Amino acid sequence: MRTIEQTTQEILELATKHFKAVPDSLKAEDDFYKKLGIDSLQALELLSRLENHFHIELPDYEVQGVSDFKTLAERVQSRL
Amino acid sequence: MLDLAKYSSLGEAIRDALEIWPREVCLYESDRGDEKQRLTYRDFKDRALPLARWLQDSGFSAGDRASIIMTNQSKWLISAFAVFYCGGVLVPLDYKLKPEEQWKLLKHSGAGVLITEYPIWRQLGACGGCANAPNVKVVLVTEAPPNADLGDAIRWESAESDRRPAFVPRRRQDLACIVYSSGTGGTPKGCMMTHANYLEQCVALTAWYPFWPGVKYLSILPTNHAIDFMVGFIGPFTCGAAVVHLRTLRPEFVREAFAKYKITYVSLVPLVLKNLQKGLQARFDELPPRKRRIFEILRRINIEMTRSRPILPLSRLLLKQVHDAFGGKLNAIIVGGAFTEPQNLQFFYDLGIPVANGYGLTEAGTAITVNDLKPFRADTVGKPLPGMQVRILNPDGDGIGQVAVRSKTVMAGYLNEPELTAQTIVDGWLMTGDMGRFDHRGHLQLFGRKKNMIVTEEGKNVYAEDIEQAFEGLAVKEFCVFAANYIWPSRSMVGEQLILVIHLDHGQSFTEALRNEIAARNSRLLNYKRIHGLVLHAEDFPLTASLKIIRVALAERLAQRKREEAILPL
Repeated sequence: MRTIEQTTQEILELATKHFKAVPDSLKAEDDFYKKLGIDSLQALELLSRLENHFHIELPDYEVQGVSDFKTLAERVQSRL
Repeated sequence: MLDLAKYSSLGEAIRDALEIWPREVCLYESDRGDEKQRLTYRDFKDRALPLARWLQDSGFSAGDRASIIMTNQSKWLISAFAVFYCGGVLVPLDYKLKPEEQWKLLKHSGAGVLITEYPIWRQLGACGGCANAPNVKVVLVTEAPPNADLGDAIRWESAESDRRPAFVPRRRQDLACIVYSSGTGGTPKGCMMTHANYLEQCVALTAWYPFWPGVKYLSILPTNHAIDFMVGFIGPFTCGAAVVHLRTLRPEFVREAFAKYKITYVSLVPLVLKNLQKGLQARFDELPPRKRRIFEILRRINIEMTRSRPILPLSRLLLKQVHDAFGGKLNAIIVGGAFTEPQNLQFFYDLGIPVANGYGLTEAGTAITVNDLKPFRADTVGKPLPGMQVRILNPDGDGIGQVAVRSKTVMAGYLNEPELTAQTIVDGWLMTGDMGRFDHRGHLQLFGRKKNMIVTEEGKNVYAEDIEQAFEGLAVKEFCVFAANYIWPSRSMVGEQLILVIHLDHGQSFTEALRNEIAARNSRLLNYKRIHGLVLHAEDFPLTASLKIIRVALAERLAQRKREEAILPL
């Protein structure tokens, strides 16, 4: 079982790769809308990547209003 | 289609539709590519009437209000019809609002019944529950896990009665819905929509964009939104057509649904249309040079052939692969909720996919003008729909003035706000607050907003007053939020920005700590509500006798400075 730190790190790496961000530039507390300059639809694309990576289902409602990686990691962790 | 002129209420029209097309499918529900449910009009009736009876048994009667807070799904429409069957007034609320905002609107609306989904109910419960709105006496919750503790709430699935409900007739002028058109800052604006408003709008819209049995409409915009309520519920249900709901709105599942269900119509906000264009363009760019050349030739032929009107069979033949990706049956993309950039519309029309762009307001009963495709025009928001009188008030030298509308689709007024209603509907004319003019072909062109409100590309209305709450208690003398285009009119409907105007205390300087505090509060706002820049104002704000900021006067003073010099990046 992953720790929350591992989950967070993996999410940051996935987001970096998916949105072609500068490596190691993302932090857990970052607001991903602001930091990555993405909109709500692009955020949904990230969710699909997370589902495939962690082999979980993340209903849309679970991530309603979530905008930072830390909270996102908590939501993922609760479903692992 | 039903002859809606003969009907008095939405409940009556849909009741008859359920009898006329019992074997037609009315709802498809899909989750992650798997179809979970398929309901015929008869199935729909069999599910709605027991709920209607249950509501009646619990004391729900004519004129009583019931709110729905749900994602787009079959139970939304089933519940709405049950409410109309009982003669009730529907209060559709946005499931994306924060729970405290939802409670505020529930209280304001006076709804006695709340129908919601389990995940939403959990959030509403965590935020204090019904104590926030004591008027809510009955709560129905769908899809709760078997062991869930619902407190006083009742499972939607168990709210049924075997006895036949009594249909409660309503008059055309009676209230059908209370629709909240914007954010919750300051005064919640509940548009009181009558049955006549919806019946008339439905006739007008389907005159240009008809539905019939076999049509499949893909419902993506939230159903509480005026557009989806009309074209994803009332329109199809009064014509024997079907609605497709997706429980997971990821781009890949939306793409898949087009092909799987051979969608006829879909409504999108401009942001989604823009993303679709980006995705398609990327695929075109990847084509090998030879294929790319052939594709460009076919696209040019299509443009030439469809200059005066769409010829769907021809476009589907010429650009088969593009059309197949959309299921091959797409008649039009309806785009609304916010202003769409012309090049975005043209891109799709050039591919043979008409985009029915238009202009409307919840207050006007959804759409006022729509592109009639005779011929397609990307540079306007179309012509007034049948039955709409549209006037330009006090036009300037260029013919631009405020757009005013008179029609049977215009709301009865704002709930509990007679003064605001009197300011908005003057002598029967709805003041839209939008600036526009007609061209020589009778098409409406828009040039910005008169009101201090912005509409994002996602179709969200944002009011400055709403954002100010997030900055309450900020350590400055006074502050105020504006839409930048309101102060410095750009004659543009896109690229709007919110700015925070600050007046520092005497001797106070603008420090990094203050900037950080503003940034921190800003980041707690929902993405589309965030401010983009700061303006430091050195004078006292003009105030009313009751110490409210006179926005118009402050905006005039700010406008004396140059926009690019006044706005500091956050």
